[in-house]
Amino acid sequence: MKPLIQDPYNIILAGVGGQGNVMGSRILANMLSRKGYFLTIGETFGASQRGGSVMSHLRVSAASTLSTQIPKGKAHIVIALEPVEAIRIIAAYGNREVIVLTNTRPVHPVSVIAGESGYPEIETIQKTLEGLSSRVWLIEATEEALRLGNPILSNIIMIGAVSGLDILPLELEDFTAVIEETFPKKLLDVNRQAFQIGRDKVK
Amino acid sequence: MPKLNEDKEGIRVLMMGNEAIVRGALEAGVNVAAGYPGTPSSEIIENLSKVAQERHLYVEWSTNEKISLEVAAAASFAGLRAICPMKQNGVNVASDFLLHLAGSGTRGGLVLVTCDDPGALSSANEGESRHFARMIEIPLLEPGDFQEAKDMTKWAFELSEELKNVVMLRSVTRMSHASGMVRLGKLPERMVKAEFKCRGPLLDQETGPVSSMPVVYHHTLQQEKLRRARELFEESPFNTYEGPEKPELLVITGSACTLYCREAIHLLGLKDRVGLLKLGTTWPLPPKFMKKYLALTEKILIVEEVIPFLEDSVKILAAEQAAEIGIKTFYGKNDGTIPMVGELNPDLVAAGLSKIMGAPYASMDGEYAKEAQEAAGALAPERDLTFCPGCPHRASFWSIHKALQLDNRKGFVCGDIGCYSLGARPAGFSTVKIAHAMGSGLGLACGFGKLEAFGMDQPTLTVCGDSTFFHAALPALVNAVHHEANTTLIILDNSGTAMTGFQPHPGLPINALGQAAPQIDIAKVCEAMGAKVVIRDPFELEETRATINALLEEEGIKVLILRQICALSPEKKGKKSHTMRIDESRCLGEECGCNRLCTRVFRCPGLIWDKEKKKSRIDEVICAGCGVCADICTSGAIRREEPVSV
Ligand code: SF4
Ligand code: SF4
Repeated sequence: MKPLIQDPYNIILAGVGGQGNVMGSRILANMLSRKGYFLTIGETFGASQRGGSVMSHLRVSAASTLSTQIPKGKAHIVIALEPVEAIRIIAAYGNREVIVLTNTRPVHPVSVIAGESGYPEIETIQKTLEGLSSRVWLIEATEEALRLGNPILSNIIMIGAVSGLDILPLELEDFTAVIEETFPKKLLDVNRQAFQIGRDKVK
Repeated sequence: MPKLNEDKEGIRVLMMGNEAIVRGALEAGVNVAAGYPGTPSSEIIENLSKVAQERHLYVEWSTNEKISLEVAAAASFAGLRAICPMKQNGVNVASDFLLHLAGSGTRGGLVLVTCDDPGALSSANEGESRHFARMIEIPLLEPGDFQEAKDMTKWAFELSEELKNVVMLRSVTRMSHASGMVRLGKLPERMVKAEFKCRGPLLDQETGPVSSMPVVYHHTLQQEKLRRARELFEESPFNTYEGPEKPELLVITGSACTLYCREAIHLLGLKDRVGLLKLGTTWPLPPKFMKKYLALTEKILIVEEVIPFLEDSVKILAAEQAAEIGIKTFYGKNDGTIPMVGELNPDLVAAGLSKIMGAPYASMDGEYAKEAQEAAGALAPERDLTFCPGCPHRASFWSIHKALQLDNRKGFVCGDIGCYSLGARPAGFSTVKIAHAMGSGLGLACGFGKLEAFGMDQPTLTVCGDSTFFHAALPALVNAVHHEANTTLIILDNSGTAMTGFQPHPGLPINALGQAAPQIDIAKVCEAMGAKVVIRDPFELEETRATINALLEEEGIKVLILRQICALSPEKKGKKSHTMRIDESRCLGEECGCNRLCTRVFRCPGLIWDKEKKKSRIDEVICAGCGVCADICTSGAIRREEPVSV
């Protein structure tokens, strides 16, 4: 087992209900648990499937089981499937060193659809995130996923991107092994493609 | 992910708390499982049903929690091991039978798993099941991590058999739905024959008839069982202490709060000054064991969710032992060190600890926090919950809302529990004005309907789901018919228990195991009871609206079944019946007389308001292609391009 850059290592996966957040965090966690680390995932779902903000807290440790909720201000990586969710997470769990990866495609809250509130420009989001983190990656994951035929693949693209950053011991083989356990055979190829697209995005 | 019935002893796997509970039950050789879906408990029955065949289990989704406990109890009376999971509200439903059961006692191991929801992350209250354990006088166990969730479940069956009574195992959302590492144990080969022995003497619990009568005899016996539980708990490996020999402060906790406390002590660097007493057997508390630790120090902090249950028990023990252990200062919920409502987390515990110990702790650097929070305030609009794109309920509430407006007698909707509870919010055009327990909508409407004599002339409507109909609306319907209540029950029939993940119910031709099952026809049941029944497709907006208006004019109890499958159902998910398109030349947007009804009022998340073009747009990633919005638009700008081949 490789020592972690920091122990515990705290990852937050955020998005909107229906984006495959739970599945994404499970895949990422299973990749890491294959490497022998202790993992905890804290997540909320249920009512939050209905268009609300959702987030999963992933904690990686070489030694022990930790609180399933990350303490405020203690995230190391934030992976956002939706751009304003990245900002929402940073406000509670961010710090100057945090690394942020965000999908660029907005999912408009109903208040925005109704015209009661506004949705920021992606440039504003980018600038804000840059001011509040050490590194920011904007990834057109939904667009790439649509090209592959299914928007839900955006979460795999984002996980691929995290693996490409070389901050966690995540290899393509681990991913392949985990998706083989998770998905039916006919979906393996497209998932592997999505993962690779994500990896290439951050190289 | 290794399967839950993997027979690999000793390997360590990542499991959700509910999966760990399932694994513990399997390792205990459970035979029967019955429950009613309710977040955060649903995955227990769901996962057991997946391995039912291989592990020779009988698993069912019962019509409600009381019945599920009865089904599980029958197995126990026949000498089998049974598990009955439910959410906190379910315990209220089951409590009538539970009180009797605790009196009669059990035979085969019977474990009642209650999954509470501190913070009400997906509930309409944050009620606690722990108080039932004290009130009904049965032992209570609370796992403090994922390994314990498995191990304690297994042990709960043994304990139940040793005590011959039902044992309660309480989980919380952050245990049930969180995941952590679990080392697997052995799966037994345990084939038992079910037999209900009932020819023995009246007072013989193993072979006699089963009843809580004679009551005083059984109640006495029950209390002896509790005393025995207390003795066993003195030695329980699930009660542990970590920390210095002479701590300045003793933290007493249990459940998921254990992890928060450990983390908070670590965050504040208080390992050498603060001791952590983690309790797994939280009712009744073992007095000798407790005395040993209460004697360690003068200051005691109790950390738990939600109301002070442990705190009360500890204080009673400390009072009883005061002569030997001395006077204590208590911190916890009652003095406000720990909040009295909502769920906890490491930060809240750290804040409490820091106050008592005078150890400074700032979770975030102040300047950063200010900057980040300002950014979020300005840039991250609230995400109110809404019905899924293509959800039949949005269409149903649209019609209900319009019908009530047209009716113009200040009519209102009594709601219920399910996805459609969102009918109280803008997602449902704020149509639902009252929402309480499962089935209560119709019961309330019956009551309102009887207030004519007091001058009430507002018509009522009730909404309930198909699963809720069977769960608790049936007796209310009996009441409504018998007492000639003037109301309309709208059954939002989306063919499943959608809120909790689409579990089958008696209205469907399938059971928990995926086998064919007799289907109960809701319409026929209502008709047989004497109600007038009409069935409509909620996606036919105008017809539905007109039907509701007509029903509002009629006397007596009327049932309108709005039938359309849930957008997340396996049949529908990911399949669009229409590709939608906006004819920009026709979209008048703000200029339209409706001031863009589609996005401003109807608010399906599949629609986007394009600020620059001042036109509506379809978000092809989100739109489910139900086609309903085409009928919302008065200028015919939203078009269905049909049909889509899949
Ligand atoms: S799960 Fe089904 S019933 Fe619930 S909001 Fe979504 S579409 Fe509607
Ligand atoms: S067709 Fe219209 S109402 Fe239906 S999901 Fe798409 S945008 Fe929403």
